[in-house]
Amino acid sequence: MTMDRRQFLTATAAIAGASMLPFSVGAADNIKFGSIMDTSGGFDAYGKPMDMAMRLAIDEINANGGLNGSQIDINAYDTQSDMALYTQYAQQLTRQDEVDVVHGGILSASREAIRQIMRKSKTLYFYNVLYEGGVCDRNIFINGVTPAQQVEVLIPYAMKKAGKKVYVLAADYNYGQITAKWIEKYIADNGGETVAVDFFPLDVSDFGSTIAKIQAADPDLIVASLVGGAHLSFFRQWAAAGMNKKIPMASTTLGVGNEHKVLTAEEGDGIMVAYNYSQELETPENIAFKKKWADAYGDANSIHEIAVSHYQGILTWAEGVRQAGSTNRDDVLSALETGISITGPGGVVTVDPKTHHAVLDVHIMEFEGQKMKVIETFTQRQPIDTQAVCDLAANPDDNTQYEIKF
Amino acid sequence: MDLAAVIVVETVYVIASLVLISAGLAIVFGMMKVINLAHGEFMMMGGYAAITAVNLGINIYVAILVIAPLVVGVIGLIVERLVIRHLYGRLVDTMLATWGLSLFFVGIVTMIFGNTTTGISTPIAGITVGNYQINGYNFFIIVVTILLVLAIYLVLKSTRLGLIARGTMQRSDMASALGYSPDRIYMATFFVGSAVSGLAGAVLAPLVGLGPSSGGAYIAKAFITVIAGGPSVIAGLISSGTVFGIVNQFFTFAMSPVIGEVALLVCAVILLRLLPQGITARFFKGKM
Repeated sequence: MTMDRRQFLTATAAIAGASMLPFSVGAADNIKFGSIMDTSGGFDAYGKPMDMAMRLAIDEINANGGLNGSQIDINAYDTQSDMALYTQYAQQLTRQDEVDVVHGGILSASREAIRQIMRKSKTLYFYNVLYEGGVCDRNIFINGVTPAQQVEVLIPYAMKKAGKKVYVLAADYNYGQITAKWIEKYIADNGGETVAVDFFPLDVSDFGSTIAKIQAADPDLIVASLVGGAHLSFFRQWAAAGMNKKIPMASTTLGVGNEHKVLTAEEGDGIMVAYNYSQELETPENIAFKKKWADAYGDANSIHEIAVSHYQGILTWAEGVRQAGSTNRDDVLSALETGISITGPGGVVTVDPKTHHAVLDVHIMEFEGQKMKVIETFTQRQPIDTQAVCDLAANPDDNTQYEIKF
Repeated sequence: MDLAAVIVVETVYVIASLVLISAGLAIVFGMMKVINLAHGEFMMMGGYAAITAVNLGINIYVAILVIAPLVVGVIGLIVERLVIRHLYGRLVDTMLATWGLSLFFVGIVTMIFGNTTTGISTPIAGITVGNYQINGYNFFIIVVTILLVLAIYLVLKSTRLGLIARGTMQRSDMASALGYSPDRIYMATFFVGSAVSGLAGAVLAPLVGLGPSSGGAYIAKAFITVIAGGPSVIAGLISSGTVFGIVNQFFTFAMSPVIGEVALLVCAVILLRLLPQGITARFFKGKM
């Protein structure tokens, strides 16, 4: 068969046109889901499992026929652990892609970098990470654990077990500073004494002198709100000095990025934490979730607290869209503000209409053999820290991150 | 009293670790005038080599003291043959090239091991001093550092090899005229320098959470120590390590670890203002 240039062009144009046709028709009806977070670089230990959880959730919704009959398309951007890329990609998501919702952000700095862009463009935004509390903005929904939910149950438990003299170690940025204040408040509320509070920049990795200072102060309990790889050295050096057998420790951050699997059992055993999720939860939802994860990704080892938080955030949004019957921001907002509940791997999660934070279960856990063993469960904790300062029902135009003062 | 003992041990440990992380750089920079910006990554790879070996069931001391230096030494050898040897005498070019190498190593380690924090636990139990517990591994680091410094000293001072190396560093044309190939000697020196960096990374690995970008944490301190030390490799390392270690620990115990770091840097600035050529350009002159 011979074909001249003109015939060739006509034929390819027709094929190209035909192949584009169903796609463009379909795309017009599809829901556009925006995802923005660090799936490479220094924070990818957090971000990669979050991305996996997001794809799992969306695939599942699509396999079950989508939302209100529409399939969901993912527009995902990798911010490469670079805060500058957050604003750039947020602009792209809201202006160019014109997505219906954005889920993402990991560090508090990244959330604050894009929150106003979402608000101005009236794009619904979900931040699904454990954080320091206090954000009050009607355009954002947050379902991570806040200090009041976590510290309020962790501190009394740890103090009852260990004693009343407490030494606090925290990362030196807004998360650590604010969380340390909460820790001090609850130590005082429970009749304890804060011997000292030490802050560490994120790149400090030698804690020898700190360990000696702690021993000089002779506390009954250590509370550590340390963040990132360098700070992991503290737990290792603490164990190397044999201190883990002498002074008990609680942490508000250890385990969020599956650190209990990086530390050996001897180093980690006995450390007390409080989160919404543990891989060891024996609920049918969690067993099913772990199986789905393992089917999709080989094994379920990479699941962690904020991956589950992210998954539950997406389920919450999906339920909001279902009840609203559309993806229109105001309709979904109103639907979510009726106090929607979903049941995720970490239990029931309910939207608190006043603060747009989440009411959820918190479990006290202890590290044991590189696992988080659940000791005690507190069901449906309110985000009382943010509730104390934020009422979006009364002030729907509020747009502040409140810092808690004592 | 017990606290005093603990503080002394901690201070000696900080001095030892400063000397340890700087030794490889001191050899490469002090002797060859090559600024190896990938020094931190050499250490990081030493750590990974040790951790991988331990996970494969090899004895931890063999992994730290033998395998890690060998692996990193060989990597250094390849780097020297492929890149560095074309750039001797071109200070800025070596900086650029080794900086590129450091990015390359971070990338390649991330590809192989993933961008997550790993580690092994220390093989030595804590030691009780009165009411205090000290990290027993600190003593291991101190001993390794002393042995390492002694070894470098003895090799340079009293072996023919050391003599040839020192001669080549001073006048490579003369060494060449006497029948020694400077090319070979540079190669061997770079191998030794890299191996020592690998050893340092491996020795410190059990104390830290190691990730592909951990090297960045060491490079600044290593450079400050080496530059402030001045032209003599060993006397420079020990003198600047001691000054910085004592200043750092004094302020750490008196105030906080952050102030300790700040004090170390301020001390470095003052030192370099007063002694721009380094400590050993004024004191301990002519020593090694």
